[in-house]
Amino acid sequence: MSVVARDVIALALRRAKSAGADQADAMLVEADSLESRVRGDEIDFVVQSQERTLGIRALIRGSDGRRSAVTSTSDLSEAAVERMADETVAIARATAEDPFAGLPDGGFASSDALPDLDLFDPGDRNVAVEARIEDARRAEQAARSVDERIQNSEGSQAASHFSRVAYGNSEGFLGEYESASHSLFSEPLAHENGSMQRDYWMTVGRRLSALEDPAAVGRRAAERALRRLGARRVPTCEVPVIFDAVTAPSLLRQVAGCLSGYAIYRSMSFLGDRMGERIGSELVTLVDDGRLPGGLGSKPFDGEGLPTRRNVLIERGELCTWLLDSYSARKLGGTSTGNASRGPGGAPGVGATNLWLEPGEGTLEEIVADTPRGLLVTELIGMGFNPVTGDYSRGAAGLWIEDGKIAHPVEEVTVAGNLADMLTSIDAVGEELHWLGRVASPPLRVARMTVAGE
Amino acid sequence: MSFDADSPATDTLTFFRERFGLDESNLSAGLGTALERSVDFADLFFEYSTQDSVVLEESIVKSGDRHIEQGVGVRVQRGERQGYAHSDEISVESVRLAASTARAISEQSSGGGSVTVSGGGAPGRDLYPVATAPTDVPVEQKVSLLGEMDSYARSLDSRIVQVMASVIGQQRHLLMVGSDGTLVGDVQPLVRLNVQVIAADGERREIGYQGMGGRHQLDVLMEPAQWKPLVQEAVRVALLNLDAVSCPAGTMDVVLGPGWPGILLHEAIGHGLEGDFNRKKTSAFSDRLGQRVAAEGVTVVDDGTLAGRRGSLNVDDEGTPTRRNVLIENGTLVGYLHDRLNARLMGMEPTGNGRRESYAHLPMPRMTNTFMLAGQEEPEDILRSVKNGLYAVSFAGGQVDITSGKFVFSASEAYRIEDGVIGRPVKGATLIGNGPDVLQRVSRIGCDLEFDRGVGTCGKDGQSVPVGVGLPTIRVDKLTVGGTQS
Repeated sequence: MSVVARDVIALALRRAKSAGADQADAMLVEADSLESRVRGDEIDFVVQSQERTLGIRALIRGSDGRRSAVTSTSDLSEAAVERMADETVAIARATAEDPFAGLPDGGFASSDALPDLDLFDPGDRNVAVEARIEDARRAEQAARSVDERIQNSEGSQAASHFSRVAYGNSEGFLGEYESASHSLFSEPLAHENGSMQRDYWMTVGRRLSALEDPAAVGRRAAERALRRLGARRVPTCEVPVIFDAVTAPSLLRQVAGCLSGYAIYRSMSFLGDRMGERIGSELVTLVDDGRLPGGLGSKPFDGEGLPTRRNVLIERGELCTWLLDSYSARKLGGTSTGNASRGPGGAPGVGATNLWLEPGEGTLEEIVADTPRGLLVTELIGMGFNPVTGDYSRGAAGLWIEDGKIAHPVEEVTVAGNLADMLTSIDAVGEELHWLGRVASPPLRVARMTVAGE
Repeated sequence: MSFDADSPATDTLTFFRERFGLDESNLSAGLGTALERSVDFADLFFEYSTQDSVVLEESIVKSGDRHIEQGVGVRVQRGERQGYAHSDEISVESVRLAASTARAISEQSSGGGSVTVSGGGAPGRDLYPVATAPTDVPVEQKVSLLGEMDSYARSLDSRIVQVMASVIGQQRHLLMVGSDGTLVGDVQPLVRLNVQVIAADGERREIGYQGMGGRHQLDVLMEPAQWKPLVQEAVRVALLNLDAVSCPAGTMDVVLGPGWPGILLHEAIGHGLEGDFNRKKTSAFSDRLGQRVAAEGVTVVDDGTLAGRRGSLNVDDEGTPTRRNVLIENGTLVGYLHDRLNARLMGMEPTGNGRRESYAHLPMPRMTNTFMLAGQEEPEDILRSVKNGLYAVSFAGGQVDITSGKFVFSASEAYRIEDGVIGRPVKGATLIGNGPDVLQRVSRIGCDLEFDRGVGTCGKDGQSVPVGVGLPTIRVDKLTVGGTQS
C-alpha cells in the first residue's frame, strides 16, 4: 500500500475517534484516466485526469444505537483531513441514534492474502494516449467504410481508467486493490432517403488485450445502425418479445435493484414478500459473483472490508437471497452477502458486482427462428419502471419477426408489462453470454408483452 | 490587469487567491503555457464546491453527509479539437502541468502565447444572491425540518406506510479565465427538498414523489407554507395511484398539464437543438433553421436569466452571460443552443449555453430553463375538446434519441379523458413520439404557463446539470401511448 494512503487513512480514523466517534472508516480512491474521441478524420477531444478522493465515515455510540455521517474531500493535507474528520463527527452528532448502524461485526477479508482477481495488466499502465487515439481512429475508419450509407457519426471513443482503492476501518481492517478498465465505443450514423439512424457497439475489459479488435467494433456498430434504416411502427399488439445482449442486462439490473436489502426494508420492491418463493420460470438462474476473474465488477473486498463472494440470487426461478451489506442484513435479520458498494463520496449501500443470467440453450438466431411473430428489442429508452409495483413500460426499437424471420426494423413503440409476470413467462434463454459491463445476459424471450404502436 | 472592485469576478478571485494562492499573474502564466503552441482558444476553470445532504427514512435522520469538490480544468481548442486536463489539486504547479497536457494535443508550434486577463466580462447582475449559503445552514435545522415533514405526511392519511425525505444544499465557487481576456467568477447556490411516500392498501402499494428547489436561500423551502403543500402533493399522488387502472395502449389525443410536463419540450425538441449535434449534423433538426417545425402559435424559449430558478446561471461555464434564446418562434425554427466551440465552428454567436457538470468535464451545449410561451385558451376548454384521450399531469422522466428524434417519457400522474371529462387515474402510461413531428401536432395552447418546482436534472454524455422546464396546458393530437391494455 502506498505510504500516502496508509497515512491518510490512519490519520482520518485516529482523528475521528479522538473527536468522539466509537467507530470510523475511511476510503481513499486514487484514479487517473485518459479518454479520446475521434470523429471522421479528426480528433474530437483528448482528456487526461488525475484525482484522489478521501471519504470518511464516523459513527458515535449512544444508548439506542449509533449516529453517523459521511464526508469527502480531495484535499489530503494533514490540516484538511483533520478538519474533515472533526466535521464528520460534528454532523453525526446532529443525526438520530440507529440501533442497526455500525461497522460489520468481524468477518473481514484477510488483507494480507487478498485474491488476485486479474483486475489489471501492469503492462497497460504505460499505455500511450496516442495508442488509444489510434484504437478510436481504427474503429471510426472501419465503421465509416462498411457502406456508403454511413457518412457521419457521433465518433469513436477510447478510454483507459486506472484506480487504486484503499479502505481501512477502526476494527483493524486495512486493504487495498488496484484495477483498470479499458473501453472502446463506436457510434456511427446511417442515412437513407432523408432519414437517419444511429447505433453503437463497444468492447470493455480489465486488460487492453481483452478488448475486441477496433475494426471489428466499428464494423459491428455500422451494421447495427444500417439494419435500423427504414424502421417503422407496428400496430398495437400482444406478442413474444426477445431482449438481446444489449437490452436484456437492463432487466437484470432492475431485478437486482428490487433484491437490494435497502429496497426490501423500505418496502420499495415488488419482490419484498417473496423470499423462498418461485418468482421466475425454470430458465431463470441469476448469479452475482464479486470474484469473477477479470470481471468488471470484481473486487477482493466490498465497501465494508468484507470478502466478496458468489451468491445465487435466483435458482431455477426460486428466490434464494437478497443482496445485503451489514446494515441491511441487520435490518432484515440476515448476514451480509459481501455486496456493500461504496465510493469515497458516500455511505455504503448495496450493489451487484458481476451479475449474470445463467446461459441456456440456442443462439439468438435459433430463438428468433422459434418465434412465429414477435419483436426483437435492440434498444430501450426512458425510465418506465416502477420498482414498488413492477410495472414496466419503456420505449423500444428493434426488429420485427414474422414467421421466424427478421421482417423489418421497428421504432417508436413501447413494450409494457409487469416485471413479476415477465420473469415467470421467460420461455427461452440463449447460450451466449457477452459482457458489455458488469451485468451480462444471454438473449431471452418473454412469452407475451404489450407492444404499443400505431 | 484591472477589474472592478465589487464585481462577482473579484469576489471569487479573492476567494481563490486566499485559499489557493492564485493571482492575476499566475493565471496569465497558466494560460500562457496552454497557448505555447498555436491554438484558437484556451481557458482555465476553477471550482470549489460544497454539497451537503440530510436524509430521513423510517422517521429518523440516520446520517448526514458533506462533500467538498475542488479542482481545475484546463482546455485548449484548435479547430474542432479539444485537449482537456483536470486535476483535483488547485495550485500554480497543477495549472502549469494541466496546461501543458492540454496543449499537447496541438501539433503546430508557434512563437509562444501571452495573454492578459481582466474582469470586464462579468455580468452586472446576480440572479441568485444569498446572504447565507445553503451549506452554512446548521444541520440541526435541516434535521428538524425533515422530522416535521415525516410527521405531517403520516398525519395526512393512515395508508402512508413509509416516508423518505431529504434536503440537499450546494454552494459552488467558480472562476473562469479565458485566452480572450475573460475573467469571470460566479457563486452558485442550489437547494432542493424531496419527499417520497409509499401508500399501502391491502396488497397494493404505490409511490408518490414531489420535490422543489432552486438557486436561492434554503430558508425559503423551510417555511411550512412551502413544504406542507409539497408533502400533500406526494401523499395525494400515492393515494391516487392506489386507485389507478392499467393504461390503455395505442394512439390517442393527449392533454399535457402545465409545468413539469414541459420535459416534453426538453426531450423532444431541446436536445435536438443543441449546437454540437447540429454542427455534426447528427440531429433530426440539422439544417432546418427557418423551417416550420411546430404548429402555428408554438413559441419555445430557453432562458437562463430567470431569477432564482434551478436552470438559471449568471454566466455559463465558459464565462458567457446567459440570455433569453428563442428556439422556435410561432412554429418556425429560429435558433440553436451554443457553447463557444460549436458557435465558432458554425459561424454563430455563443448563446450562454456552454455548461459542464464540474471542473472534471468538458463543456457542451446544454439547456437552462426551457419552456413554451402561453397561448389564449382556458385549460378547461382544452380538456373539454378531447373525446377520448389521456390527461398527463406529471412525469417521472424521459429520454430522446437525438438522431432518429424518437423520445419517450413516463407519466407518474395521468387520467383517461372521456367525452371531455377527466376520468379514472391510469398507471404505467408512457408517451412515445418523434421530436420533429410532435410539436406540429399541438392543436391547442393554454393561457396557464407554469414552471416546474425546481427538480430537473438533465443527463448528456454522462454529465448531469440542473435544468428547468415550463409549459402551459397543451393538447397534442394522436400521440402513441404505451400501456399494458391493448
